[in-house]
Amino acid sequence: MLKRLFVFLIALLPALAAGAPMGFDEARHLLNRTSFAANVEDIESFAKLTRAQAVDQLLAWTSGKMITPPPAWVNEFESPRRLRDASEEERKAFQRQQAEKGAELRGWWITEMLTTPSPLTEKMVLFWHNHFVSGLQKVRSPVLMYRQNQLLRKHAFGYFGDLLHEVSKDPAMVVYLDGASNRKGKPNENFAREVMELFTLGEGHYSEQDVKEAARAFTGWSIDPDSGEYLFRRPAHDEGVKTLLGRSGNFDGDAVLDLLLAQAQTGEFVVSKLWREVVSPQPDATEVRRIARMFRDNRYNIKVALRALLLADAFYAPQNRAALIKSPVDLIVGTLRQFRFETGEVTPFLLAARQLGQDVFAPPNVKGWPGGEAWINSASLLSRKQFLERLFRAQEMRQPLPAALPGASPRERLVRAALDIHFDSELWFKQFAQGDALLTKVVLATEPAATAASTAQGVPRLRELVLDPAYQLK
Amino acid sequence: MNRRDFLAGAGAAAVTAWLPDAVYAAGAGRYDNLLVLVELKGGNDGLNTVVPYADAEYYNLRPRIAVARDQVLQLDAAAGLHPSLQPLMPLWQNRELAVVQSIGYPAANLSHFRSIEIWDTASKSDQYLSDGWLTRAFAEAPVPRSFAADGVVVGSNEMGPLAGGGTRALALNNTGDFVRQARLAGGEGVARNAALSHILKVERDVTQAAANLGNNSVTLRSEFPNHALGNAFKTAAQVVASKAGIAAIRVTHSGYDTHSGQQGTQQRLLKELAEGLVAMRAAMQEIGRWDSTLMMTYCEFGRRPRENQSGGTDHGTANAHFVSGGRVRGGLYGLPPALGRLDGNGNLPFAVDFRDLYATALDRWWGINSALALNGRYTPLDLLRA
Repeated sequence: MLKRLFVFLIALLPALAAGAPMGFDEARHLLNRTSFAANVEDIESFAKLTRAQAVDQLLAWTSGKMITPPPAWVNEFESPRRLRDASEEERKAFQRQQAEKGAELRGWWITEMLTTPSPLTEKMVLFWHNHFVSGLQKVRSPVLMYRQNQLLRKHAFGYFGDLLHEVSKDPAMVVYLDGASNRKGKPNENFAREVMELFTLGEGHYSEQDVKEAARAFTGWSIDPDSGEYLFRRPAHDEGVKTLLGRSGNFDGDAVLDLLLAQAQTGEFVVSKLWREVVSPQPDATEVRRIARMFRDNRYNIKVALRALLLADAFYAPQNRAALIKSPVDLIVGTLRQFRFETGEVTPFLLAARQLGQDVFAPPNVKGWPGGEAWINSASLLSRKQFLERLFRAQEMRQPLPAALPGASPRERLVRAALDIHFDSELWFKQFAQGDALLTKVVLATEPAATAASTAQGVPRLRELVLDPAYQLK
Repeated sequence: MNRRDFLAGAGAAAVTAWLPDAVYAAGAGRYDNLLVLVELKGGNDGLNTVVPYADAEYYNLRPRIAVARDQVLQLDAAAGLHPSLQPLMPLWQNRELAVVQSIGYPAANLSHFRSIEIWDTASKSDQYLSDGWLTRAFAEAPVPRSFAADGVVVGSNEMGPLAGGGTRALALNNTGDFVRQARLAGGEGVARNAALSHILKVERDVTQAAANLGNNSVTLRSEFPNHALGNAFKTAAQVVASKAGIAAIRVTHSGYDTHSGQQGTQQRLLKELAEGLVAMRAAMQEIGRWDSTLMMTYCEFGRRPRENQSGGTDHGTANAHFVSGGRVRGGLYGLPPALGRLDGNGNLPFAVDFRDLYATALDRWWGINSALALNGRYTPLDLLRA
């Protein structure tokens, strides 16, 4: 009898936990994973909510809306055709202009990340950017990359199937994975392979023959070089019967995508990737299957999967706290947001992100940034620490800047921007009247790794904390 | 040396199989011999690098992008180098350049990521390993602790053959900056999970390497070409010149995934590669290390023999690579690309397993038993002078 009562009470525990306020530590953990940085007031207000209320709140705040105005040129597609008869000079000028637009585009996104009221939105757009990878190195058109970002934004919390279908016809993707040269009788397998390996099934869940047959189904998916819009070139499309994944038919590209979506493996593949993004480096196979089934049963509603992950017991398990390594964007945007740095031009942060290995809009290859421990090697760790050290040192050596002269060179503007970073330490420290314990808890996701006791206070103490190895964790 | 001397498959095994394992000094590699791996990231098109210019089928398969017969730098009556590789010709004439053709592995994978993982971990096609092949070799025969590090990776964020926890591997891009910044790494602390433990280990490796590199710096007179690969070789040469000791260096050259417009891109890349290799040789000669340096190129796969419709080539299988050093016996090794025997995907059969090349470095260059690091016995190529 006693034993049965005990079992009953144990069974009740999670339910009780779900109904109780989550408390400071869980709130900090949730916010560390779903935003770039957690502030004291946010943590305290979330601490009063139950886990479910907190997660629903975060999801309710997400939106596709941006608060940073896009660059002025985003609606002007620059057709590469105009270069056909261009001189060498004109070509170079065009390339310079494109490079400048690329920098503006990165600046626009970083600015949005720094200022958005819904950091989770930007984190998910970045997640999809790293899933449905395209990059400026090959696409070469900042306009098309901007449009792709809008598409990822539109579906970031929508239905994965819609996202897959639309991104497969997205002009930047068509260029990135050579859709335009995939023609009947002369297939180019690039997209067909990556859609299976990286977007849906994962390595080992399809055959080389599946790739070949799928490539035939995607023939004709092209872009109009004048407008930069998607264009289906019917004469280039292979109308024959294709056999893949155990099915035969006159499949077109959309039919192949539907075949891929019908595979249970697709849900598990995507959920595993989301798990590594928000929960821990090692997905739990049973939980992944459970959540993937919910995901598929709800027409691949991304919110359903994300909500389940953020409410999973594994998410709050002590061994999974501070178990993820911050990405360069997490580190840079998170630090600037955490300490409420006032900044001028964002160029220095774009350069820092690139140096740390995460040049947004230009992932290293179609597999994206591998993430996790791969973020940290000797070179990148030292660059991270140098970035953090300079951020706080610049503060101490800050001097009033002379007014900018019109027509300042990019280098001059960069130096100015680097000097134009301001941290109001007095205001910031007002949150921590209670002392060092709270400060440490907010700045670090776990206790400091350095064992030596510190007597430093104020900005010197902050410098110690951000240079502590634990600052690299979330 | 020419391909008649090449001991294919079982032939070479017969030569080495009688060697008892005892000839390998237990646990002590000859790490005064340096290995420099050069990754041609993206999958270099070997057929337009080492051109089978006498094979009519080559010109049939590549009507648009073939290297014309009168352009190739002839190595023998069948093979010639891409004209951009002109800087390598003095090495060839000096018999310091080995050209190995038809390198690959059974059941080739055509994905960049999976195939480079197979190369980096020296796994079988259907086997998933996490440690790099050099990491396993160093676990078996440790590099002296007095060395600055076991290995260094230049020009990439990926540790490749040096991946995995057991090795002291560094990524660095500029030695001076590295030594100056190293004060930011402490290495002291308690690891509470895998992520933190990884960070602390990197910090400790940095601290030790910086102490060694900083105390032994040498200024090189040799000049390096002014491009990313040139800078990477310069950094590599500076690490070697510091005399602190280093067993292996991996340099990465990116951009070889030429699905479209291959000609211009490859022309530039191969020129940079040749310039970089030649500059590295000059620097090693300057510090008296050329005879103890072995350079090898590698990448995930070769490219498909038939050109595609975009003036490029898709993912393929067997490939040609270069091995060079002061003690390399120059010449052609392996077998010419068998363009008449393509597989169902239109790809080449291989003749030399890439692990034979690794066994050459492990068994012959470092004198360590390759069988454990490579998960099996592979046959070293006979391309080193005593």
